[in-house]
Order: sequence, then structure tokens, then C-alpha cells
Amino acid sequence: MKLTAFGDIFPKLSGAQSEGVKRIFGIFLLLLVVYVATAILNPNFIGPYNQENLIRRTSLFGIMGIGVALVIITGGIDLSLGSVVCLVGVGVPWLIMDQGWPPWLALIVALAVPLLIGLCHGLLVTKLRLQPFIVTLCGLLIYRGVTRGFTGDQTAGFGNELKGLRWIANGEIPLFPGFGIPFPAIILIVIAILAGIFLNRTIYGRYLLALGNNEEAARFSGINTDRMITLAYVICSGLAGLAGLLFVLDLNLAQPVDFGNFYELYAIAAAVLGGCSLRGGSGTILGVIIGTALLRVLRNMMNMAFLGFQRAEFAVIGAVILGGVIADELAKRAVARKLSAQKDRERRSKQERLPPN
Amino acid sequence: MGKRFPGVRALNDVSLKLDKGEVLAVLGENGAGKSTLMKILAGVQAADEGEVFMEGKPVEIAGVNDALEQGIALIHQELNMATNLSVGANIFLGREPRKRGLIDETALLEKAKRYLEMVGLEVDPQEILGNLALGRQQLVEIAKALSVKARVLIMDEPTSSLSQNETETLFGVIKDLRGRGVSIIYISHRLGEAKELADRVMVLRDGENAGDLAKEEIDHDAMVRLMVGREISEFYSRTIHEPGEVALEVRRLRTSAHPEHELNFSLRAGEVVGMAGLVGAGRTEMLAALFGVAPLRGGEIYLRGAKADLQSPNDAIRCGLALVPEDRKLQGLILEMTVRQNLGLAILKQESPYGLFLNEVREGEISRQMMAQMQIKTPSSRQVVRYLSGGNQQKVVLGKWLALEPRVLLLDEPTRGIDVGAKQEIYGLMEDLAARGVAILFVSSEMEEVLGMSDRVLVMHEGRLTGELPRDRLSEEAVMQLAIGNTRAA
Repeated sequence: MKLTAFGDIFPKLSGAQSEGVKRIFGIFLLLLVVYVATAILNPNFIGPYNQENLIRRTSLFGIMGIGVALVIITGGIDLSLGSVVCLVGVGVPWLIMDQGWPPWLALIVALAVPLLIGLCHGLLVTKLRLQPFIVTLCGLLIYRGVTRGFTGDQTAGFGNELKGLRWIANGEIPLFPGFGIPFPAIILIVIAILAGIFLNRTIYGRYLLALGNNEEAARFSGINTDRMITLAYVICSGLAGLAGLLFVLDLNLAQPVDFGNFYELYAIAAAVLGGCSLRGGSGTILGVIIGTALLRVLRNMMNMAFLGFQRAEFAVIGAVILGGVIADELAKRAVARKLSAQKDRERRSKQERLPPN
Repeated sequence: MGKRFPGVRALNDVSLKLDKGEVLAVLGENGAGKSTLMKILAGVQAADEGEVFMEGKPVEIAGVNDALEQGIALIHQELNMATNLSVGANIFLGREPRKRGLIDETALLEKAKRYLEMVGLEVDPQEILGNLALGRQQLVEIAKALSVKARVLIMDEPTSSLSQNETETLFGVIKDLRGRGVSIIYISHRLGEAKELADRVMVLRDGENAGDLAKEEIDHDAMVRLMVGREISEFYSRTIHEPGEVALEVRRLRTSAHPEHELNFSLRAGEVVGMAGLVGAGRTEMLAALFGVAPLRGGEIYLRGAKADLQSPNDAIRCGLALVPEDRKLQGLILEMTVRQNLGLAILKQESPYGLFLNEVREGEISRQMMAQMQIKTPSSRQVVRYLSGGNQQKVVLGKWLALEPRVLLLDEPTRGIDVGAKQEIYGLMEDLAARGVAILFVSSEMEEVLGMSDRVLVMHEGRLTGELPRDRLSEEAVMQLAIGNTRAA
């Protein structure tokens, strides 16, 4: 007995899972609408150059979104992403160009430092029981401050060096003349598949979802909840570091003052749009990616279709997220009402069938 | 004073009559409609049909305020108060006495004191509510109800989280209120309480009146018969079998709750051992320490003769221990996950290929098997656990552990807040497991259950083991004496 048509298409899914599927479907529709609308308002939108750019940006932000989604699933939050992006994005060119480090060493440091940062967040949250909001808010301040400190606020970049390495961020795999798949999209797909397998096909993904819902019950079930939560923070910071590296390889220019500013909010917004509940315990990787794409297309739309209103970008994005969350809540209530009405009918028909004793 | 409700949604043509100064116990299994009926009376929910009469006059109750105006107050099952505010502030929350638009603190404290006296609670109204023990918080809630001049007091399982002493105080207050002409509707799962308190018992079953018992007719069997609608010949079915080897031995165990006391006891295969004591005696903490949830302060645990080092629940599980915790919603279940996912949660790791991937096939098999063995009533294994009844939820928690085939099963209040039918099924399960050689240690605050199910009873008092009673020396009196720390009487 299924409530909706979606339930019938995915008969093997549980109630919570099919809710997630509906959520993804809803936001995907929204993405399509915005996409088509923008294309109609400004035909340049679907030009190959713009499309490549859109895909590249979506990929970079999507990598961060997947990371923060894992943390949000544990019931936590990571506000430090933007500053980690800044630390790595500014730090790598600074190490190579200013300090003369060999690129391979700089890259190892660039990937190791975020993992260490994530480890610190995780341990502070699980062992000292500090609130994730506070821990990562302090992180947000510390990493940006440190970056501005050691660079003396100087803009960093690679100039004409490292063209080969930069290809992983700004290169593309040609599909047909004039259009290619940006390489970061390949990176995102690989990460997304790995994350999807982790979350849905391994016991550790199940543990993460379980503890996000009820940490104590998960602990009583023999799950090492502290280790799982710490792992989520490590992955999150690690992916933010990777994104930071890709951002600077792509842009070739990073200013300590504003590199990665507000990126954590984009990532969190994408995760929430994609169906992650900030209470923890739910979320899908596909949802996060579609959420990220929606945010990027919206931004693109403001720039291309409503020239002169770009400055209102935040307002539009804020309104869309709020509208999405409200629509979701209303839909949930409608389902709950339907459910209770259905239960009622069942009870009544059962009573009618039973002879009075 | 009378009330009638023909034809409500979860209730079908239910009538309820309450005399002035009467204590009416309302009984029924979970889902029988007790809470719905009470919520309608208190204006939390609306009735679809039916009328309410107060002192012969029809009244309309459309919201909580209407109910309060009529003098009907509901004391919730889980306390519903602001624990961060003072006692006085809680009593007058939303109705603070005012002077020139500001709260008149002096008048508030003075009035609060008067109502606290009425419930026999000696506490400073300025004390923060959260600093009081649960039982005293409940008395504050009653004082609050009195402050709105309640004539009808509805109490929904008021003793579910109270200690014996607190319960007695509460009963005293209830009897006192009855003397003042306040009518009380008392909802409980504990039949003993109904017997002690009630002037009349009303039983609901499947949303209908199942029958009333006058004061002189109230006895355990009659109540159970009305609640389940059939005769229960053997409520606690135990067959005594020869216990096997020692499955669990605890030597000089010290918990962080009561590090000054050492606990020594053992448990044999096939034995059902009850652990009695008052709330706060340290029984839950002892189980938590055994299972590796709470740190051990010292002592040794031997499993089948071999010393075991249990640092975490994971270690305990590996050694064949299982713990069904006290609070199934907080500690036992992932409420938003499905029956199937909950049943599989503890065994996932064992069944996992490479210790990494989910084994969906085995998960399905295990959940089917456990749903059949536990007789879990759910429309499907993909049902989210939140929507199951308390009894079925408890069976899911049990099933999660039994899937691991533990050798030692620790149960903490295994039948708290579940209906009589499910209780009996769980007792039957405990008996089956014992017959198969599982060693069972169960903590319970329900005397009947301890007396009915145990081969042997251990009693704790303030962190100390005060005694051990074999089945032939079991009596309510003996257990109570040990539970209050009187070791000589036993």
C-alpha cells in the first residue's frame, strides 16, 4: 500500500528513503525550471563557454558540498570550509612561488593540513564534547587569520608556472568542437560515486546515518560513534582542502582577504536544499550535487538575465532556499495528514467488519 | 459531574462519568485510546462528536484555555515545564501576577508558597525547577494545576519515572486532594497503583468502554481480563530448569555512579535473575558499566570463566553480551530508520563482506526471521520504527540483540510503558531464551514482574548489593526490606 506514485516506482525503498527520492525529484524539477527560464531570458546562457564554466563551478562547489553533507548527516556543521579553501588556495601558490618549495611537497602539505584540521575538529567535538558550531566558527576565524598573517595579505598566484598541474582544474576533455567536459567534473563524479557507495553501501555509511539520528542508541548498538563523527569531519575538511587547491589552480589568483569567503554557506545551503536535515540523520549525495547546481544556475541567472540586479544575488538565493524549505515542510505535513486520514479509514473499516461483542 | 463522548475518532462512543472527589483510574493497553480521551478533555485535541457536561450543564471545550476555565487540568506523562525557570515562575507561567505591567515578584512568590503547601512540598519558590528531583517537579506541576483552581485533575502515568518514596508522597497528595473535593482521573499501566488509589476503575479497549469496576471489585485478574478481553491463566509462565555453568561473574565491580561500593555476583546459563531496587539504586549504571557504555572504576568481569576486558559496547557484543537499555526511544532505537534497519544495526558488522559493505540480503533474512520470532506487528519491514506501538518498538530492540544470539542478555526495565499483551509476549520470550541456555539479568522496578519472572533476585540499595533471594524465599516484603537497605530483616 503506497501513498504516492513515487512510492510505486521505488517499491523497495523505505518511507524515509522514498521521501529522499521525492525531495531530489522536486529540487531537480526546480533546477530544470530555472535552467530553462535562464536560457529563454538570455540565449547566451546555453553557449558552450558558459556551460563549461557552469559545470566547472558546480563541480568545485559540489566537492565541498559532499564533504559538509557528511558532517551535517552526523548532526554537526562545518563553518570553517571557506577559510580552509583560503588556507590551501593561498598557501599552495605562496609555498611554491614565494617560499620556493618543490610543488610535490607543497601539494602533500596542502592535502595533509586540511585532514589534520578535520581531525582536530572531530576530536574537539567528540572528546571534549564542544559544539560543532563553536569549534568550526573558531576555525573560520583562525584559518583565515593565519593565512592573512603568513602572506602579509599579499595576493598569491602561479603566474605562468605549473600549467600542467593547473590542467586538472581548468582543463577539459573535448567532446565535440567548442565544447568539452571540464576535468573537475570528472573529479566530482569520482568523489560522488565513492561518497555514494560509502553512505549507502557500506556499514559505516549506515552507522553515520544511524548516529545522526540517535547518537546514544547507535553507541548502545556497539557503534564507535566518536570515531565515525571524527571521520566525517576529516573527510569534510579534506574535501574542502581539495576544492581550495582546485579553485586556485583554476583561477590562478587568490587574495587572502576574500578567497573562499562565504563558500561554507554555499556548501551548507546546497546540502540543505539537497535534502540534508540540520538535525542530522538524513541526506543524499545526489541531492547535494543537484542543490549545488541549482545555486550556481541561480547565480548565473542573476548575472545573465537580470543585469543590474546582480548585487541582489544573495537575496534571491536566500529567498529560493527559504521557499524550498517551506515547500518541503508543507509537503511533509500534507503527507502526514494523508497518512493519518488513511489510518482512520482503516480503523473504521476494521471496526465495521468486526461484529459487536 | 459527568462527561460523555459518543463517537470520537480513535474512540468509539466512549462515555466517562466522574463524581466530585472521586479518583477514577483509567486503564487500557497502549493504543486503547486513553491518551486521546484525556487530550480531548483537556482541550489539546478536539472531539469529532460528543458532549461534555460539567455539573449537569453542557460545556464546550475547544482549546486548552476552555478546559482550564472549566477547571480541567492535565498533568502530562513527560513533565512539560521550563526546568530553567524558578518553581514560582513555573506555577504562574503565562498568568504571572502583574504590577504596572511588570511581574509582581513578591505576590508571585507568596501565592506560589500557598499552592506548594497544598501539595505538601517544602521548597523555596525561587529554586530553579531543574534542581528538584523528578517527583518534586511533578508536585510542582500539580501545584500549578491547583493554582488554576482545577476541579478535575488528569494525571497521565504520573509515576512512570518516580522512585518509591516519591510515588508514596504523590499518593498522599492525591488522597488529600480527593478529600478537598478535587476529582482525579488517573491513567496508569501499573495495576497495583489502580488498586491502591482508585475509587473506581474504568477500562478502555480498542477505543471503547470495556467495563467499569467498583472499588470492591478491583483486583488484578479482573483488571487484566477487561484490558485484554480474555482470560489470562498464567501471566508469568516460568518453568524451572536446572541452570548450567556460570556464564557471567562480576568481581569487585565499581561503577562511576557509586565508586565506594564493590559489586560481586554471578549469573548461570539458563537462569533468569531479577535485579530489584528503588529508582536511583545504581542498577542501570551497573548494567551500563558491564556493557562498556559507562567506564568501569574497577573490578573484573569473567565470561564463562575467562576474564573479559570490556572497554566499549563493541567489546561486550563480541563477548556475547547484549543490553536492552532502559529508554528505548533514546537508547534503543534509531526512530527514523526502518524496522529492518534497526533489527540489523548490531549485527551488520558480523555479516559484512570485508568488514566494509552492507549485506542487504542477510539484513533482509535477519529482519524476516526476527519479525517472525518476536511477532512484531508492522505493515512491512520498511516501516519507520517511530510509527510502531511501544510494545512493538521494544520487540524491535530485543530482536536487534537476539539476532546476535547473545549468551548473556541484560535487560533494563524490559516492559516499561508497554501494554499487557506485549508484556506477556516478552515474558514468554525470556522464558524461551532461558530454556535455550541464555543467562538473563533483568532490572525491573515492577515488583510483580520481579517476583513472577525471577529464578533468583538480587537487590540493590544506593549502589550496594544488599541481598540475594532464591525463588523459594521470594516475597514482596523481603525484596522491599532489602531495597530500602534493611539487610537484617531478610
